[in-house]
Amino acid sequence: MTSIAVEHGERRNPLAAVWSFVKRHVLVAYSVLFFAYLLLPIAVVIVFSFNNPPGKFNYTWNSFTWDNWRYWNGVPGIQSAVVLSLEIALIASLIATALGTLIALALVRYSFRGRASTNILIFLPLSTPEIVLGASLLTLFLHTTAVTFGFETILIAHIMFCISFAVVTVKARLVGFDRHLEEAAMDLGANEWRTFQKVTLPLIAPAILAALLLCFAISIDDFVVTYFNSGSSVTFPLFVWGAARIGAPPQVNVIGTAIFVIALTAALVNILVQMRRSKDAA
Amino acid sequence: MNVFHRHQGATPYLLLLPGVLFLSVFFVVPLGFLAYQSLQSGNIDFGYAFTWQWSNYWDAIQNYRGEFIRSIEYAAIATFFALVASYPVAYWIAFRGGRWKNLLLLFIVAPFFVTYLIRTLAWETILSDHGFVVRTLQTLHLLGSNGRLLATGTAVVAGITYNFLPFMALPLYVSLEQIDARMIEAAEDLYASKWHAFWRVTFPLSLPGVVAGTLLTFIPAAGDFINAQLLGGPQNHMIGNVIQSKFLELTDYPAAAAMSFILMAGILVFVFLYARLVGTEQLTGTAA
Repeated sequence: MTSIAVEHGERRNPLAAVWSFVKRHVLVAYSVLFFAYLLLPIAVVIVFSFNNPPGKFNYTWNSFTWDNWRYWNGVPGIQSAVVLSLEIALIASLIATALGTLIALALVRYSFRGRASTNILIFLPLSTPEIVLGASLLTLFLHTTAVTFGFETILIAHIMFCISFAVVTVKARLVGFDRHLEEAAMDLGANEWRTFQKVTLPLIAPAILAALLLCFAISIDDFVVTYFNSGSSVTFPLFVWGAARIGAPPQVNVIGTAIFVIALTAALVNILVQMRRSKDAA
Repeated sequence: MNVFHRHQGATPYLLLLPGVLFLSVFFVVPLGFLAYQSLQSGNIDFGYAFTWQWSNYWDAIQNYRGEFIRSIEYAAIATFFALVASYPVAYWIAFRGGRWKNLLLLFIVAPFFVTYLIRTLAWETILSDHGFVVRTLQTLHLLGSNGRLLATGTAVVAGITYNFLPFMALPLYVSLEQIDARMIEAAEDLYASKWHAFWRVTFPLSLPGVVAGTLLTFIPAAGDFINAQLLGGPQNHMIGNVIQSKFLELTDYPAAAAMSFILMAGILVFVFLYARLVGTEQLTGTAA
């Protein structure tokens, strides 16, 4: 229908045809530009991971090389920083997701006194600027000798800011969950624990996995809170910060690209599975 | 109607206990210590003493008024740009995305897959003095031949806008996606122009997303110091830069703690005014 209208318009008034073409495609054109803007810095990160920088600054393109990838750990300190980041992210996401899942279960399943204040306690860390989270934890750690700055303090900080994200993620899944399934299991003689194991857990497993991945991603990316509480330990973002002052080596781009590709692959697999599932359901 | 009604009494508290305890000890208690520290006097060599030193607050406001105002200003401008820039795209994905919605959303969050510091460094590369952006602007005489983008407020605002854009776009998308397209059709059937239907129907229905996106962008933006540090010069420093250097370089803990509280108070005032403007229901809707 529209194509006929356009043909008519073209014969009568070319300007009107152009205008209607623009009007119909302006949103698409804008969106394409927007995505180009979003993806431009990512392209820069990837491209410059193959750069052979002329001096110590990796700002201008010089020539192509595989060396940065081959010797990704050729810069002193980068490997231990990556390892520390991975360790922290793994442990923090496991603990935060466990604690967060329990809180989410309590919040969705039960009505109890103190529910509203618990909700606020979960919401507050999400709405506090990171610098305040980092600074307040630092003042706590300065006033105690129970923990030493380094691995322990970074881990505590990461668990702290991950819990709320885990609660929100699991809660979203629990809210839209058919409770009759559990009631059926109990009617059939399963006790609470068995019902939880056999019915509830498998149903919320995808949300728990999503929370794990989210916490892992947030932890491995965190700079501000870590910067305040790291002591002399160096995570990967802290390494980048230190390196940026004297000119970040291209190996930083290599690790950045690797993290990007892994995260993107995980997300793509997730989307494809969802698309297939909704196709099967249809 | 609870499944686990038999142990209703203790079960929820047992489930909550570990997580809530953790958050209390490492989130609530630290805020108390921060408050305590903010009223102390002294220095790192001779130790700090609690003296109800309210002057820390007045001094902070007096000495760093510029940085406080700049933080709010940069964060507000960046939030506005993020809203205007991402609304059309969120709209496009929500109403025209079809089966590609999830894939398009993946593009929106793609920047988050690159380490925050690294993507900000990428902007440093893009905006650098010999980069193509600066050269193009110079050729077009939009920038003087010695003009630069790095170390300007423009670069800092651009960096903040970019870095927090997904926080704006995602809630916008969620609220637009929930709109029943038939509502808009109805408005058009009733002879509203497309423009009119948008402002009277679509936009008001997307307000929860606008509110959530604004808060999610503004709050981290106001406390940010990375963009100002990497893309700006000393004249672009925000309050985050001052707090960071007072804590970690100058060890002037009481002043830094006082500033952290002023920042938080400033943000709370903003949230409050904003809530008055758009209605508290929208706000608590996002909080739930």
